[in-house]
Amino acid sequence: MSLRSPLAKARNHGSARDGVHHWWHQRLTAILLVALTVWLVMAIGVASDAGFAATREWLALPWNTVFAILFSVTAFYHGQLGLQVVIEDYIHTRWLEVSLQIAVKLLALLLSVMSTLAILRIAFGVAPLAG
Amino acid sequence: MAEFTLPKNSRIKKGKHFSAAADAKRVRTFQVYRWDPDTGENPRIDRYEVDLEQCGPMILDAIIYIKNHIDPTLTFRRSCREGICGSCAMNIGGTNTLACTKAIADFKGDIKIYPLPHMQVVKDLIPDMTNFYAQHAAIKPWIQTESPPPPDKERLQSPKDREKLDGLYECIMCACCSASCPSYWWNSDRYLGPAILLQAYRWLADSRDEAKGERLDELEDPFRVYRCHTIMNCTSACPKGLNPAKAIAEIKKELVGRRSL
Repeated sequence: MSLRSPLAKARNHGSARDGVHHWWHQRLTAILLVALTVWLVMAIGVASDAGFAATREWLALPWNTVFAILFSVTAFYHGQLGLQVVIEDYIHTRWLEVSLQIAVKLLALLLSVMSTLAILRIAFGVAPLAG
Repeated sequence: MAEFTLPKNSRIKKGKHFSAAADAKRVRTFQVYRWDPDTGENPRIDRYEVDLEQCGPMILDAIIYIKNHIDPTLTFRRSCREGICGSCAMNIGGTNTLACTKAIADFKGDIKIYPLPHMQVVKDLIPDMTNFYAQHAAIKPWIQTESPPPPDKERLQSPKDREKLDGLYECIMCACCSASCPSYWWNSDRYLGPAILLQAYRWLADSRDEAKGERLDELEDPFRVYRCHTIMNCTSACPKGLNPAKAIAEIKKELVGRRSL
């Protein structure tokens, strides 16, 4: 049983003076993703008809490369922001919460770097031509 | 982890059944959550048959009838019986509302009455409001000023500024909204919840208050405000027709608006 007063518990460690940044970035990336998803749907339309070589060429066009990289980086960042909230909401075992937060952040960073590299290799023609 | 199932000693058992008199004309059954901390027994659902010819039209009339005529051990809070004190907030037919302003005629079949969800139960329909009130105190729900008041009159407020408090000042702190919010269920130790945040905004919106910056500083926290995920249960639960979700959105706008983007 805790003998702390209810007010001491409610005030706890005070305000973290934080949260606006997360909230703002979640919204900005959401808006960006809406636009980029339109591009992605179009891209999938092209890829499903054109075959490997033509799709590769299409993706190597500068704007398409830019959009592809933007999409993957934004999606992983936005996904990380969302998962962070889910973990904060539901995981109350401290060691597990901290481990998951770090793992999700590192994984999102790793995946966005990897996908960026993959897209660049396609754009610069480094990737093998035949699948 | 957040707990999604009830612990063993909180599982609800079948309780007693109280039949109406044989000559009763309009019988409705009320299934009421009962728990007595002194017995050490699990909570149970007691079933009371009430002759509606004998009692008033509201849910509160029915439970007062039950207490007066059927089972005096039933325990609940009530005071004003007209939706202004907020004492009789409970979960009726699956929705948090005030027993005094909810009509029996609004329900079909058996009427289930439980205490406000996800709060500690003191006894029967009485939840423990300690943390809720402490959170209210923590946001300093009073006017904060440094300028002395005019010596000959009160602090003035234009009618237009006064209008900004409409939809906020009417809150009666019944906790129907906070107890309906899943974010508050999982994180009520750190998240302030819709009722307290509506109160916080009531002071942010007051033109006479001089502590807006300090108030925003205190609110700017990933848990205190940003556990709100715009679920909107608060707004649909509010028995006074207020919109706590909008008040929270206004707080978020204030917080982002004072920053460089």
